[in-house]
Amino acid sequence: MSQAEAIYALWLREFKVFTREKSRIVSSIFTPMLWIFVFGGGLGSAINIGNVNYQIFIYPGILVMSVLFSSVFFGVYVIWDRKIDILKAILVAPLSRTTIFVGKVLGGCTDSMIQALIMLLVSFVLGIYLTVSSFLLAITILFLLALSLVSTGLIIGSLMESPEGFNMIISFLIFPLFFFSGALFPIDNLPIWLSFITYINPVTYGVDALRMAIIGVSQFPLYVDLIVLTGFAVVMFTIGTRSFERMK
Amino acid sequence: MDIAIKTINLTKKFKDITAVDDLNVEIKQGEIFGLLGPNGAGKTTTISMLCTILKPTAGSAQVNGYDILKEPEKVRRSIGIVFQQPSVDDILTGFENLRLHAMWYGVPKETREKRIDEVLELVGLQSRQKSLVKTYSGGMRRRLELARGLLHLPNVLFLDEPTLGLDPQTREHIWEYIEKMSREREMTIVLTTHYMEEADSLCDRVAIIDQGKIVVMDAPDSLKEKVGGDIVYLKTTAADTNKFREIKEVSKIEKKDDCIILTVKNAGEHLQEILEISGKVESVEVRSASLEDVFINYTGKEIRTETGEGGIVQRIIKERTVR
Repeated sequence: MSQAEAIYALWLREFKVFTREKSRIVSSIFTPMLWIFVFGGGLGSAINIGNVNYQIFIYPGILVMSVLFSSVFFGVYVIWDRKIDILKAILVAPLSRTTIFVGKVLGGCTDSMIQALIMLLVSFVLGIYLTVSSFLLAITILFLLALSLVSTGLIIGSLMESPEGFNMIISFLIFPLFFFSGALFPIDNLPIWLSFITYINPVTYGVDALRMAIIGVSQFPLYVDLIVLTGFAVVMFTIGTRSFERMK
Repeated sequence: MDIAIKTINLTKKFKDITAVDDLNVEIKQGEIFGLLGPNGAGKTTTISMLCTILKPTAGSAQVNGYDILKEPEKVRRSIGIVFQQPSVDDILTGFENLRLHAMWYGVPKETREKRIDEVLELVGLQSRQKSLVKTYSGGMRRRLELARGLLHLPNVLFLDEPTLGLDPQTREHIWEYIEKMSREREMTIVLTTHYMEEADSLCDRVAIIDQGKIVVMDAPDSLKEKVGGDIVYLKTTAADTNKFREIKEVSKIEKKDDCIILTVKNAGEHLQEILEISGKVESVEVRSASLEDVFINYTGKEIRTETGEGGIVQRIIKERTVR
């Protein structure tokens, strides 16, 4: 099956790039660590949320953050591929645009999931004991998020013509998705405006589900979270394939 | 002979600029066909449409019998491309670049390694196949790109300025490979270049394009014949140019700065007469017509041979600033 092999080849390229650009992995792990140990550790020495220590409370949120950043960045990175003309070589190969999109998404998800696995190891340091089922649930949730967010990044990347808009994406997409997700605070008692934005942010449901999986507290029932996350992934993936078909 | 490429009123417009204007060309299987013209003439745009990267505004084309609009994937499978800007992946090794390419083009697993070996040998990159491409020189990148273009044995190979910015030695090597491929495999080769000598020695036929239109198309030798003879440069300030009309072999007289440029059939035999008319000259130069002269002859301007890049954009800028 040549399409499967083509997808594998596209994935392989991304994977090789990922393993060769070690500075990218290190820097993408470093920031979440600062959040957990400095911000979480500092505030955690004074604050509990319910009966959960603040550092533990934000840990699932920071896991989501690491996936959020690496996934969206990966997607937007196609602009760079375009700039150095690698994209052109792929676009003139006899591959359907869907194949190219799937290959890219799988590559991006692999990157994000490797980072997520490293971040999950931190749970031992924090004294959180994950059962096999909670670990698998956490992986599933993070994968759904990665799938949606890599697609989102690729959609943006396919629309942008130059890397100049990169900072805009950080300021107007990634940070809002992070701050309005309840990663850093409980969402049960928010002012109406904040609550509204948080509830329409799909990332919120990822944070909520992951909090359930890792520390056993959540705002919404788990099935609601999973439905929203699956829906988000399906929608972004579908829009993504379309936007790749239209990309020049 | 079979037709490899046929364009039918192929047209591409970018806003108010017509980059390719109603192009009708037939290229035979096994032919080396050159598209010549200045920057922004529409060469790259033409190739991009034939490779299905760009959609034509009007008209269509067939490549290897497939319609570029209706069967783009079949077109892409049957062609190889060497871009003006190398598009090999820096962070992969030469071998990896080729291996991924082979997988994208569905080169069967059994023959893959063998093909990769063959093309690496062809371009002389075996010893560096395990190095990352970012350590390659410009010439090596181009050779790798050429190897990649040949890997899946395409029927048609498109080469967009394949030797731009390369040193003469590497250029010569690349042309050797290309000629070899064309001879041994009956591969059709379509190339753009603005090195006129290169096109002259390599191409079976050339089309000179300017402003998106084919000005003239023929074998290089026939084109040069059409110029009407040899070119004689006379560096002098004195002579009355009209007097040269007395020699009937003189087909064209042009005055440029302190030079008189004559187009003369069998110039060698008439040099005596010419010099008698011109009187005292500072210097004389006689040479046979080149494609450059063909170009000047048909378009009334010199081909600009500075550097590549820019294309249509440069043309827009130029047209805005000049006129």
